[in-house]
Amino acid sequence: MQNKMDRRTFIQHTSKGMAAAAVLPGFFDHSGGAPATKEKSLNDYYNMFGVDEKTVREVMSTALSRGGDYCDLYFERSIYNSAALEDNLVNRAYSDIDFGVGIRVLKGDQTGYSFTEEITPKAMKLAAKTAANIADSNKSADSAGLLYHPVPNYYPVKRKWQDVTIDERIPVLKDINERAFAADSRVIKATVSFSSSSKYVLMVTSEGKVTFDERPMGRVGVSVIAEQNGRREQNGYSISGRYGMEYLDENNIARMVKEAVSKTMVLFDAVKPEAGEMPVVLAAGSSGILLHEAIGHGMEADFNRKKVSIFSDKIDKPVAENFVNIVDDGTNPNARGSINIDDEANDVEKTYLVKNGILRTYLHDRISANYYNVKPTGNGRRESFRHVPMPRMRNTYMLPGPHTKAEIIAGVKNGLYAESFTNGEVFIGAGDFTFYVKSGYLIKDGQLTQPVKDINIIGNGPDVLKDITMVADDFRIDEGSWTCGKNGQGVPVSLGLPTVKVSKITVGGVNS
Amino acid sequence: MKNKADLAKWVIEYAQKHGADQVSVSVTNQRQVEIKYREKKLEKLQESTQNGLTVRIYLDSRYSAHSTNDLRRETLEPFIREAVAGTKYLSRDEYRSLPEPNYYPVNMENDLKIFDPAYETIQTKQRIKIAAGIEKAAMAASTDIISATAGYSDRISDIVRVHSNGFEGRVRGTVFSAGAEATVDDHEGGRPEDYFYARTRFFNELPDAQELGSVPVHRAMKKIGQKKIDSGEYDMIVENRAVSRLLGTLLRAMSGSALQQKRSWLDGMLGQKIASEQFSMIDNPFLEKGLGSRLFDGEGLAARQRPMVQNGVLKNYYIDNYYGKKLGMELTSGSSSNTMFKVGDKSLEQMIKAQKRALLVNSFIGGNSNSTTGDFSFGIVGLLIENGEIVQPVNEMNISGNAKEFWQQLVATANDPYPYSSLRTPSMLFQNVQFSGI
Repeated sequence: MQNKMDRRTFIQHTSKGMAAAAVLPGFFDHSGGAPATKEKSLNDYYNMFGVDEKTVREVMSTALSRGGDYCDLYFERSIYNSAALEDNLVNRAYSDIDFGVGIRVLKGDQTGYSFTEEITPKAMKLAAKTAANIADSNKSADSAGLLYHPVPNYYPVKRKWQDVTIDERIPVLKDINERAFAADSRVIKATVSFSSSSKYVLMVTSEGKVTFDERPMGRVGVSVIAEQNGRREQNGYSISGRYGMEYLDENNIARMVKEAVSKTMVLFDAVKPEAGEMPVVLAAGSSGILLHEAIGHGMEADFNRKKVSIFSDKIDKPVAENFVNIVDDGTNPNARGSINIDDEANDVEKTYLVKNGILRTYLHDRISANYYNVKPTGNGRRESFRHVPMPRMRNTYMLPGPHTKAEIIAGVKNGLYAESFTNGEVFIGAGDFTFYVKSGYLIKDGQLTQPVKDINIIGNGPDVLKDITMVADDFRIDEGSWTCGKNGQGVPVSLGLPTVKVSKITVGGVNS
Repeated sequence: MKNKADLAKWVIEYAQKHGADQVSVSVTNQRQVEIKYREKKLEKLQESTQNGLTVRIYLDSRYSAHSTNDLRRETLEPFIREAVAGTKYLSRDEYRSLPEPNYYPVNMENDLKIFDPAYETIQTKQRIKIAAGIEKAAMAASTDIISATAGYSDRISDIVRVHSNGFEGRVRGTVFSAGAEATVDDHEGGRPEDYFYARTRFFNELPDAQELGSVPVHRAMKKIGQKKIDSGEYDMIVENRAVSRLLGTLLRAMSGSALQQKRSWLDGMLGQKIASEQFSMIDNPFLEKGLGSRLFDGEGLAARQRPMVQNGVLKNYYIDNYYGKKLGMELTSGSSSNTMFKVGDKSLEQMIKAQKRALLVNSFIGGNSNSTTGDFSFGIVGLLIENGEIVQPVNEMNISGNAKEFWQQLVATANDPYPYSSLRTPSMLFQNVQFSGI
């Protein structure tokens, strides 16, 4: 029976041809039956959401009917799929379809917001009336005529997820599982997960801008449990980004499994370091979590507009050595935090937080850019149509510096080399931030020695920036599946770092 | 939307017609209002309603789950057909089936008081007024405030769950939340911050605006002058509302999936002493007005009060339907309801007074734990106690340890279970905890 079925993924339609689209009218099919591989036009997007220019302008007029200064509509359709393997069986799959429009009205720095999951003129106008209530005059305004705003493509994809069927995904899961067990006889369990999503957004503003974006996301991860002499350890590795099926090639899969298995086995020899302050060398890549917590959040302009960030009074002041350059960039090809356009229809860019050691630019959304009277930086992001946009990071990283990894490690007498991380947090007012080190090594007399595991590192953002004494030339962006949470909203981000030395920071551990 | 139970039954019928053996469906509807108030005016007003439908499909020992927010029949039909068709590609797994009906609740009449009928009478103007009052109270609490934002939100939810093998249940609930966050000036470039949000099932049980507004300011003020102190072993009091972060070191290791996947340091420890005598933890689904109260869980399993840890002895795990079958263990529930603890007879203040030298932890920052080995490490913010007095605000320090030893170091709990969470944790005193600072 199943062999006769069309090849298709869960829920989302494969759109392999018009015949299939006709069987499932208008559901997963992305715009009246056009194959997913065909690039869509503005009209395709209007059709996908069942609206036209006249309707959206009427809705915006309603939204502005109580005297709001500005409004925008954020239409979103997303399709998420995942399948997972456990105990050698692909024994679970999950899918989710989400559809709706968020309506936002601004009056100065005040926000009125509502959304509806029913995209009809009546439901949208009702939501618009609710959002309109942030203002309370009878002054109404007509929205401007709409002009299409084109966007670049920072995430070219060869094979879209919409065209990758469940029966094509299952062998990938099985293959990764077999590789994990083959890699080391101490592996006793492996779980493998493979998820992807396709998100279509259409944005319209009362200033007359209309634009759209198609956002792919893929994630493949493996978690390994190993046993040695009755002791168990667990670790994992995942790769994620705005790519298509072509990314899951031999190289990437092999590297992922190798990283997951080796990073698990090393834990058998790991100890806890001595508690207290010490020099810490951050490995290139995922150590960028340091920047995300130590400076990134503190540079989000909403916190600075309210003067609650430790960086509120530091613009144009030196905050680090002159070889330190830190950016937040929405344009890195296929990176998890890249966006062609932000969620307020503003263009994205590469924004310098720190240039040659000087604190430069906050990360802005529309409200804060107006407040500071600057150009938006393209950091207005939101989790979905159910959420208001706010300043958020994209891909936050440090540019290469003048040193080498070898000379950095060689110069440390007693310290820590931090290699892989799971999570971090910051209190933006005091500047305290932490990140959790899953694995690393002690450094003794310039050499990596014993592995360490499961320790938290805590520091103060501005202090740690000052204490960055060396930056190597081996920068890379991390490929892990990072999600940043703020005010209850999660957005995908990435981060990166060259090998960096921080002269002292507090490391969790034991007291001798 | 039409009647939720009818819709759920239609989905089951439609899925079975297209080949599913067993089906469970939940249909949810939720209305939420959220207000932020700052600088004597509304900062944000958000009101919306959302719907959702989740269908779980069991077909020839294969399993998948699917959710959508588009509940129109003409779109649900292809959605269900695709869901059933896709399931056929998955591996057979003999443990995939709905719970046996004997686990379903018999009595659905018990009123847990999780729904406030007054909800329907609350006007948005009234909500705004509450938030405005909280902001006013916050701003009046200190002259060193840089920013204070008051918040009010409420939500009403209605969930219907139907299973093809005989379960049908409905939960209607309300939750009200109000409070504030405040940042104060320490006059040395630092901007300590804190928050206080109360959450209740009934509107009239929210604390008054004075308390909601002033508490976060006073908490933030206490942090002025905070610094790290010497690394070392200290006794540690953890304030009630902060204890939940530590509980993760236990709860994550108590799940059926962690046990079956050999990712639990509590594997094989049932009936053994995993914590000190002072530690008793009960899962109580029937607490009136509790934020976690329920008659059945997310799989339809009848709720029962269970001791989880009794005087330090591990009594139960959180076992859901699938992992229970896979492990051959009796099902309990895969999720906690209201987690309640044995409380002591001293207040937090009395506990502080009794310490010669200790650290009071008010909140954790970052950190994590390893459920396989029990290792943990967390950042802390708190206050140094000497001779019963608070002498110094402390930050930028970590604690580290292993859960196997750590819970044995608990010497007392206070009499202050935190009421605004389903984890009703009292303040706890631990001996000889490893702190890293300078």
